[in-house]
Amino acid sequence: MKNIATNLNHLPIKSSVKPDGSLWKFKEQLLLGLPFPDYMQKVTSSWLNRVLFVIVSVGLFFLCQRYLFGLAMITHASNDYPWGLFLGFGLFAMVPLSASGFLLGTTVIIFGRHDFESIERLALLNGLLGYFFAVVYLEVDLGMPWRLAYPMFVSLGPASVLFLVAWHVATYLSVQIAELLPPFFLWINRPGWIHYIKRITLGLTIAGIILSTLHQGALGALFTYAPTKIHPLWISIEFQWIHFFCSSIFGGLSMVIVSSTLIHHFMLWRCSKKFTSDLDRITLGLAKGASYAIFTYLIIKLVAIAHDNEWEQLLTGWGAYYLLEIGIGAVLPMILFAKAVRDRQVKWARIAGFIAVFGIVWNRLNTSIVCFNYQLYQEIPHWKEIWVTIAIYAIYFITYRFILYRLPIVFDWEEENS
Amino acid sequence: MTIKIQRRSLLKGGLAGTVLSILQRPKSTQAHNIKKYPDSYGVLVDLNRCIGCRSCEAACNKEQGLPEPNTPFTDQSIFTPDEHGQKRRTDATAYTVVQRYDFPGQDHPLFKKVQCNHCLEPACLTSCFVNAYTKTPEGAVIYNPDVCVGCRTCMIACPFYIPTFKYSSGFHPRIMKCIFCYDTRLKYGKPPACVEACPQEALLFGKRDDLIKKARRRIENKPDLYQDHIYGEFEAGGTSWLYLSPVPFAEIGFNPDISDEPVLDSVKNFLAIVPMVLTIWPALFAGFHLLATRKDLQAQTTDDTSGEDKR
Repeated sequence: MKNIATNLNHLPIKSSVKPDGSLWKFKEQLLLGLPFPDYMQKVTSSWLNRVLFVIVSVGLFFLCQRYLFGLAMITHASNDYPWGLFLGFGLFAMVPLSASGFLLGTTVIIFGRHDFESIERLALLNGLLGYFFAVVYLEVDLGMPWRLAYPMFVSLGPASVLFLVAWHVATYLSVQIAELLPPFFLWINRPGWIHYIKRITLGLTIAGIILSTLHQGALGALFTYAPTKIHPLWISIEFQWIHFFCSSIFGGLSMVIVSSTLIHHFMLWRCSKKFTSDLDRITLGLAKGASYAIFTYLIIKLVAIAHDNEWEQLLTGWGAYYLLEIGIGAVLPMILFAKAVRDRQVKWARIAGFIAVFGIVWNRLNTSIVCFNYQLYQEIPHWKEIWVTIAIYAIYFITYRFILYRLPIVFDWEEENS
Repeated sequence: MTIKIQRRSLLKGGLAGTVLSILQRPKSTQAHNIKKYPDSYGVLVDLNRCIGCRSCEAACNKEQGLPEPNTPFTDQSIFTPDEHGQKRRTDATAYTVVQRYDFPGQDHPLFKKVQCNHCLEPACLTSCFVNAYTKTPEGAVIYNPDVCVGCRTCMIACPFYIPTFKYSSGFHPRIMKCIFCYDTRLKYGKPPACVEACPQEALLFGKRDDLIKKARRRIENKPDLYQDHIYGEFEAGGTSWLYLSPVPFAEIGFNPDISDEPVLDSVKNFLAIVPMVLTIWPALFAGFHLLATRKDLQAQTTDDTSGEDKR
């Protein structure tokens, strides 16, 4: 899609009106203003799309197997490890990386930091898609996915942590959809409707903070149901929810840095001048926030070890692995973020962003799979389970890109302020 | 548009909200008090008496209509550890299994029957977000497949690794676990099938309180034969099934990390903060918003030039 912008000067679409004064048709907008053969030619000529196609189509085949014949077809069907990659990665890692929506919402709306406005929509989109696909992963993992709404309407177990997660994720998904309606309204040429969302923005944002605090924490609290199964270094009865909540803060910020870096590198044609020129400054701002958050996180991690008196554990093999995770997943990005801010070198903030995202995923996989059942044996997921996990991530990627190409997320719609 | 808010009224409101939230008892922890049933039944498992004949497994299989196993119940080769080096455990085809523990220097191995211990405050029950589990007054922890969503949190929560999942079904998966033969026997005060089938009287059915007394007596009468401990009297908040053993429990697969508090206690920390966040956060962040944007507001009010709102 790189050369769309250079060939024809009315493309890419950034207004509801064509150069000749008529409105863009819906189909034309979907095809990015290109004739169908041209569009298909562009889609199929990309090597990335071909790879994605293979991953997704094989993955969909495995999913058919799973839905027809049960989870045992694509997983090890382990009774010792009831939660595998679909939840370990799909839910427990995707959700903290999607904290970006509420973080930037808070920054811009609550704290009135309008200098972060140009990245707010990207952060909201990143949040919405992350949550949505966490639910998709959940739907793959649940034994009876058609009963997803049971905890809400059919049989309620309000004393359970998962009950809270279910309600909050569902409510927060709706909040995020509402927050992202303005760019959608612009895209479907209904700029007048934005007015209704703007009125409730403050309420939505505060709702976002409450829901995020509670369910990011609740995901951590879920593991306190298994205090004897997880290695003591990865579980702290008192602090688990704070660990998960606090790490989601730099997880979300880092994910926005990663996402915006990729967009700026591979999708420059789609970025507005404002987005491009603001990005370095904003990235450093995010880096600053992320390094503070990691610092706080490290302190609470330390407090947890002191509180449970687990210093001896640090000298064991598990302890070495724990220190490795903390060192690479948290300390290293913290230093790099701080260095980037001090030397005003965006490059380091971006590298740190990638490392911190990896660190979050690593931590969640450690808690849910690697250090789970540490007294039993090590579970290595079935290759089909790994494949399906990657395939769903590929669909996430495709959806993310599809929206960025079309909706005014990183560019401005001409009718917005008229 | 002018919003009139003074620091005093903001502080007042915030303080009132805080006091209110402190006065409120966290509801979620209240909802958890599970009534302990005084007259509930239990089973005492005396590992000194078990000979590993697996009659209980066969009886359970028949009573619960479980699929026939690949090898007959007389097959003793089944006791060898699996590919992960683990002892046998319950799965979707077996609600109860017998494990064998060999001790060097001893002439005979020790056998241990494993099934749901029917906790007094079951972790599976408290972790379930659709209330699929019930602790009946008779003592059984039963499961309702009609509301289960298949999230498998109960399997995560059970400290004894008991609930299993029917992974092999696409359309009718469910949790599979021992239900103390509730529907067919316990409901009518009858002992479960496994107890009835035991040729060695290694399993003793009765009121839980009586069983504890009997267990004590056995320990007192033959202190050389028993550890001075009834496993399940207090573990995980107490269980309906109780164990007596000649060797320390940690040596035969009972996890010594399992504390006497029910699993729920470790979750309460989080549940207690929920009402706090729900009540304090809105006021707190609305306050932040007003403080952070007060300069914009001031600029607006001075633009109005009416001057009535100047402080």
